[in-house]
Amino acid sequence: MSFRNMVAVILLSLLAVFFIFSVLLIHPFGAPNQTQMDDHMIEHTQDETGTNNGVTSIVFDYRGFDTLGEATILFTAVAGVMMIFRRAKK
Amino acid sequence: MSEMSKIVRTVSNMLFPFIVLFGIYVIAHGHLTPGGGFQGGAVVASGCAMILVAYGSGWVFGKIKEKRLSAFESLGAVMFIGVALLGLAFSGVFFGNFLAGSNLLFGVTPAVGSTLADINTGGVLPLMNFAVGIKVIAGLFVIVLVMAYASSVKEWK
Repeated sequence: MSFRNMVAVILLSLLAVFFIFSVLLIHPFGAPNQTQMDDHMIEHTQDETGTNNGVTSIVFDYRGFDTLGEATILFTAVAGVMMIFRRAKK
Repeated sequence: MSEMSKIVRTVSNMLFPFIVLFGIYVIAHGHLTPGGGFQGGAVVASGCAMILVAYGSGWVFGKIKEKRLSAFESLGAVMFIGVALLGLAFSGVFFGNFLAGSNLLFGVTPAVGSTLADINTGGVLPLMNFAVGIKVIAGLFVIVLVMAYASSVKEWK
């Protein structure tokens, strides 16, 4: 086995160990039952973010980083398509 | 794709303004009604894709520079991150809602409970909806346009 394969096997087994432990340590299904964060968001959406639409207030305000990730996905997709299907140089 | 029959082109001509108008409505009322920047942008981009199918990708490709659309997509991303950074500057946290409750643009706070919708509420959320709307319109349309044109040209060098 070459050195490169050895490194790959070690890294992959490390990754597998991380995945197995994260599956074992996950919350059981449906738990935690009630969190303070849910109640806070439902009660304070209107006076904190000033919107009547609770879903938008969570998507763009409380969980803005998630939307930033979605925007990054779209940006990456456009960059990839523009790179693959670019016009030929004349 | 070559252009389709005259009937299809006429009907898509008639439908296109209404589809774009509905998409802009969904984007502009994203903080009041279901939907938002992503959904409204997808509606507008699907209207543009209808024009692309009806008229053929070569015709549309001659009218619009795909690099300009890509620049609009990047502009939307920059606006989105810019509004988030303004939140960092004015309220201290990234994605902070610095306009809510400030009585400036979009700064009115609605009464708690089920109230009538007011367009002048929401703080930075309408601005973010607008930025994401630009981004999704340009991004989805440029993907469909470039892939349709590349599949119609026989030798893509």
